[in-house]
Amino acid sequence: MCATCGCDSHTHTHSHSHSHAHPHDEKHIAVEKDVLYENNLLAARNRGFFDAKNILAINLVSSPGSGKTTLLERTLTDLKETLAFSVIEGDQQTTRDADRIHATGTKVVQINTGKGCHLDAHMVMHALQGMHPHENGVLFIENVGNLVCPAMFDLGEKERVVVMSVTEGDDKPLKYPDMFHTSHLCIINKIDLLPYVPFSLDKAIANAKRINPKLEVITLSCTSGEGLDKWYQWLESKKS
Amino acid sequence: MHELSIVMGIIDVVTEYAKGEPVKEVTLDIGCLTTIEMFAFDMAWKQAVKGTLLEKATLDIHRIEGKAVCLECGTGFAINEVYDACTGCNSHLIQIVQGKELKVRSLIIF
Repeated sequence: MCATCGCDSHTHTHSHSHSHAHPHDEKHIAVEKDVLYENNLLAARNRGFFDAKNILAINLVSSPGSGKTTLLERTLTDLKETLAFSVIEGDQQTTRDADRIHATGTKVVQINTGKGCHLDAHMVMHALQGMHPHENGVLFIENVGNLVCPAMFDLGEKERVVVMSVTEGDDKPLKYPDMFHTSHLCIINKIDLLPYVPFSLDKAIANAKRINPKLEVITLSCTSGEGLDKWYQWLESKKS
Repeated sequence: MHELSIVMGIIDVVTEYAKGEPVKEVTLDIGCLTTIEMFAFDMAWKQAVKGTLLEKATLDIHRIEGKAVCLECGTGFAINEVYDACTGCNSHLIQIVQGKELKVRSLIIF
């Protein structure tokens, strides 16, 4: 039973058409079911919803403090006239991030996971039911700040964007390979701080591409604005 | 910490198939490339099964080794990490064909 709303999201249709039961052991039951089956089912449902409404859904992941919310604030403000945005915010506690997004004039809903360390497809489904995101627009899902757990959970997104910053070390992709392996775009943020930190952009990009050769990389600074144009171009290319 | 979510997922699947009967044993496939930390998994399991049909169940866990195929030279090889290079040509353009399983195979009820 879902602790959020009490709904029972179990499917009750399953078949035992191949029985692996041994004649002498009737109590052996074949299952052959993926553990993340429920999540993947709901993720597919979310994905179908996004396709039907022509919504570009983006799952933003990173460790806490790399600048996801600030990136969103800049993006939502700069592209206000160009694209229709909606945002789902994920944090353990508070509505602080949703408040910041709300201040940009963007439709936003906050999910608080409590002790939970990642968003899952079920939570996103509930958020969507409540918020009615803009059709033909872009939905940002800002995941809980955590470079480990969110990697395993498909939310139904079209693109997964991993954000890291130059204050986090250029070996970050090697230390958290699953997140970089499952992402489509890596944003390296806070490049205005490069003169002050022992961070090599070349090494960071090489490490990221070693984990995932297909990963695109954009370097930018939300503070100075450098590189934001490339991020906006990427967004617009994915939307069309 | 997501091990608890995984354990809850297993409990949900097994409860559905056990049809109200207490469970004696659960057989799982856990691929070596999944990010499941077994110590955290065991801790989560012990707590999460209390009061469920799986309270007395033992676990039969099959670890599935990682395997990949190189998209450049076609070599098949074993991998320990998702980012390992091809043992034939050292390319990182590989396709993982085994090792990411996270599956409830079967269960035995009392």
